[in-house]
Amino acid sequence: MVSRPVLFGALALIIVAVVALALPSWLVSLTTLAFANALVVLGLIILWRAGLVPFGQALFYAIGAYAVALIDRYGGMHDVFVLITAAAVLSAFAAFLTGFLLARYREIFFAMLSLAMSMILYGALVKTETLGSTDGFHVEAPTYLGYAPQGAMHLLVLFWLVLAFSAASALLVFLYFRSVAGALAVPVRDSEIRLEFLGVSVNGLIHLNLVISGTLAGIGGAFAALSIEHVDPNMAYWTTSGGFVFVTILAGAGSVAAAFVGSFVFEFLKSIAYDILPGTWQIFLGAVLLVTILFLPEGLGSLFGRLRQRLNLKPANVSS
Amino acid sequence: MLTAFAILTDGLVYAAYLFLIAIGLTLIFGVMRILNVTHGSFYAFGAYGSAIAVGIYFDRGFPAAGGFLLMVLVAMVIGLVLGLILERGLLRLFYGKDEVIVVLVTYAAFLILEDVIKLIWGPNSYALYQPLALAGTIDVGSLVLSGYDIGLIVFASLLAIGASFALKRTRWGHLLTVVIFDREIAAALGINVTAVYTITFVIGAMLGALGGAVMAPKIAVTLGIGVEVIVLAFAVVAIGGMGSIGGALLGALIVANAGLRLSIWCRRSSCSSSTR
Amino acid sequence: MRQHLPHPENRLTITFAAWFLGLLALTTTGARAEQPAPVKIGFVTFLTGPAAAPFGIPDHNAAELLVESLNAGQVPAPYAQVGLGGAKIEAKFLDEAGSASDVVTQFRNLAERDHVDVVVGYVSSGNCLAVTPVAEELKQLTVLDICGTPRVFEEKPRHYVFRVNPHATMDNVSTAKYALAKFKDVSVYSGINQNYAWGQDSWRDFRLVMKDLDPKATVDKELFPKLFAGEYGAEISTLLTSNAQFIHSSFYDGDLEAFIYQAAARGLPQRIPLVLTTGESSLWRLGAKVPDGTVIGARGPHTFFAHESALNVWFHKAYVDRFKEQPIYPAYDFAQSLFGLKTAWEKAQAKKGGGRPTTEEVIAAFEGISFPTPSTTVQMALGNGHQGISDTAVGTYKFDKAESRPEMVDIVRYSAACVNPPADVNSIAWLEGGMKGAKCD
Repeated sequence: MVSRPVLFGALALIIVAVVALALPSWLVSLTTLAFANALVVLGLIILWRAGLVPFGQALFYAIGAYAVALIDRYGGMHDVFVLITAAAVLSAFAAFLTGFLLARYREIFFAMLSLAMSMILYGALVKTETLGSTDGFHVEAPTYLGYAPQGAMHLLVLFWLVLAFSAASALLVFLYFRSVAGALAVPVRDSEIRLEFLGVSVNGLIHLNLVISGTLAGIGGAFAALSIEHVDPNMAYWTTSGGFVFVTILAGAGSVAAAFVGSFVFEFLKSIAYDILPGTWQIFLGAVLLVTILFLPEGLGSLFGRLRQRLNLKPANVSS
Repeated sequence: MLTAFAILTDGLVYAAYLFLIAIGLTLIFGVMRILNVTHGSFYAFGAYGSAIAVGIYFDRGFPAAGGFLLMVLVAMVIGLVLGLILERGLLRLFYGKDEVIVVLVTYAAFLILEDVIKLIWGPNSYALYQPLALAGTIDVGSLVLSGYDIGLIVFASLLAIGASFALKRTRWGHLLTVVIFDREIAAALGINVTAVYTITFVIGAMLGALGGAVMAPKIAVTLGIGVEVIVLAFAVVAIGGMGSIGGALLGALIVANAGLRLSIWCRRSSCSSSTR
Repeated sequence: MRQHLPHPENRLTITFAAWFLGLLALTTTGARAEQPAPVKIGFVTFLTGPAAAPFGIPDHNAAELLVESLNAGQVPAPYAQVGLGGAKIEAKFLDEAGSASDVVTQFRNLAERDHVDVVVGYVSSGNCLAVTPVAEELKQLTVLDICGTPRVFEEKPRHYVFRVNPHATMDNVSTAKYALAKFKDVSVYSGINQNYAWGQDSWRDFRLVMKDLDPKATVDKELFPKLFAGEYGAEISTLLTSNAQFIHSSFYDGDLEAFIYQAAARGLPQRIPLVLTTGESSLWRLGAKVPDGTVIGARGPHTFFAHESALNVWFHKAYVDRFKEQPIYPAYDFAQSLFGLKTAWEKAQAKKGGGRPTTEEVIAAFEGISFPTPSTTVQMALGNGHQGISDTAVGTYKFDKAESRPEMVDIVRYSAACVNPPADVNSIAWLEGGMKGAKCD
């Protein structure tokens, strides 16, 4: 008994995968990057549901990116599955370690502590001249279980892989939200004390959420590195984290699919802004953000809810 | 001995700088619980306004003392205008919403104002050099201190004292303190919280602009100066505790001296810092 | 407090309308009147942010000026032909600001969505390094403009990417030589550079050259404040107590100006002279604030150091007439990039008897050529003919109080072969190895 959102999502995915063959390659690479970033946003949605907004997800994003870049360059292994697994393991481990400290804090202190941690990594990377300091270095194209795509194919193959990972993550997170642990996120946000009285370790729960979102951010960073073929310390800078939070608000915490649509819309809008307003693209982005917050306070995800209502696919007050 | 003195004065100068850029932010956060990213824009507008208006003033050859006064005046006008527009026109639409949403609204406003600065004043940089020259130097042995820097220390101290006094001794300060502690009780007591918010935000904006205005003579006033200031101000406010003047002072002193500890403890003579 | 927001369903409509209009704007900007086969060039530089004032705007100004002048056929010989080989240039300007992923995404858009013939630009070394492999992958002819890192052509041979402007190695080699000649018997020196790749690389290069040329000289203080720190009180105090004979710095514009205001107010440059490898860019703005005796580099023989030529006279006058300010070295850098491209394009066109050249033909024509620019002559001698070298010059600053304008005295020129590594030699290895193969007179 597969629920409708999952069916709908699977259908959308297949369509996108097929349509990609006909799309211009700049759009394919833009979408690849957008979906890589969307994984980070997915992690942020998980945390936001629990009432936490970290301003330092760039820490794990950068760890994932640099893991891929370093192993690719110095480790002699180029297989994409090895690289992604390494990135996921390393960022999960980092999230696990930092979680011990972070899980104890809330609200603004949580946000600033996570920001501070990402800035520490940033500082360390800037000081490391062998890694090119702020210039960063190149990431070679990976191989896919021995297959080394040529020319335009490598863009498409990477895109399909990112799409597959996105689908898997979306599904897993979707199921997670329906699980007990996931459902407990909302009470964490509303009243921790009650949860503690019920015998649930809130810190433990938050720690778990941190590890999940940290891993997602690391995988996102890894794919981003493969997509743009470059890593630099700016990936750990606070403005990068801010960008993810920006997209999270745009997407809204309500729906898993929103992370991907929101991220895509953001990258696309940025491209338009650069294109038609080269000197004033910041005004454009700021205005878009304001309009979205004003008129769509629940984010883009809320559109799905309303769409479903309109098409009578689902009762109005069941949250997705 | 001289080195110790140098370290002390450098620490104080930097702490004064940090305090001046952070006090506006801490006030707004303390009262309104808003982490105001637009603070960077207030700073930038203050710097631009000061560099241009005071620059013209000194070019015309008016008396020096008036120039320094004009700096403060320019900051207050800019803060008033910007603060009112933002608070009345934009922020009040979002009160009551998630804190993060409000932060993002201020972030959006910051993005817009960054380009507005460019549209008004162009991409070139401005300089205001007369105040530094007029303030002269103070020699302590072989160490030369800038009179303007010492002036900044004095100014920051006076501001801290003045702000503390205003909060603790005046009626308005008491009202503000009550709102900081508990907005609901304050409203229940009949305090006009809306008016308090507006006035606080405007004062915070003025202080932010003031920070930029007094720093203008020391820096190149150009695009992007707001961005750097935001992180520093946030750090000071976070460390020192939000909403307290003493906290901002303490935070400024801690951050300033942390940066300098790094330079004292550097081995050989090689010093680098990525956090200052 | 009432919130006067529209009804939720209307909100939805309004939002969709706003986005729809935005997308509509995108589609309509695509329609452009077709001219006879123009050459589409994407110009990428910093139009916003702190790097706009020192680099982006002079770069952009020079681009606007030269594109218009070339299209009107107003540039003197040997660049008198309209546009590139008779075809007018259709320019598209893009902001370089943003993260590396933004820059790479925009590059792909230029290459694959807008189908530009050439991309010219990039100030930040990080962006140059990020964009180069993508240019190679997309087979997009690219001329890197101002970025200075030698890594672009030393890490891997490139086919589609060129850089006319010499890289940053020659800046520090030439200023070191100059400083050693000017300050006799140097035994101690200090440095203050920004803590990021540009500052770190500049200091590393400078130290290596000093070690080669004056092994007994030691470093007293090496300071690395944060990029865009703006407040240098502690650093200035440290330097005031230094016994260095000069202070090296690769600071530019905003940071440089702040440092000079603050340092001059406390008498530092009067006590210890400054050696500024990219100091030229701020001289017109700072004027008398820069103390006489400061050693100034311009990343090439630009502005004060430019060789006399009709081309230079024209360029300088046209720039001043139009923008009411002096062109600084980034403007000259841009001119070099565009003139190099033009030379290659027209040479390729002539070779095939007048037909429009393909990318491969332009590349073949570009490799190894040499051509005049407003400042000097550039030769594409390194990186298998893809990286240019030129001579350079360093001078001592003097503010002419009578005329109220900056001046450069004691100018020393260094030939290209003296301050650039030989072909096929890695620049760091060259510096570490004592600069073997340098041909100085």
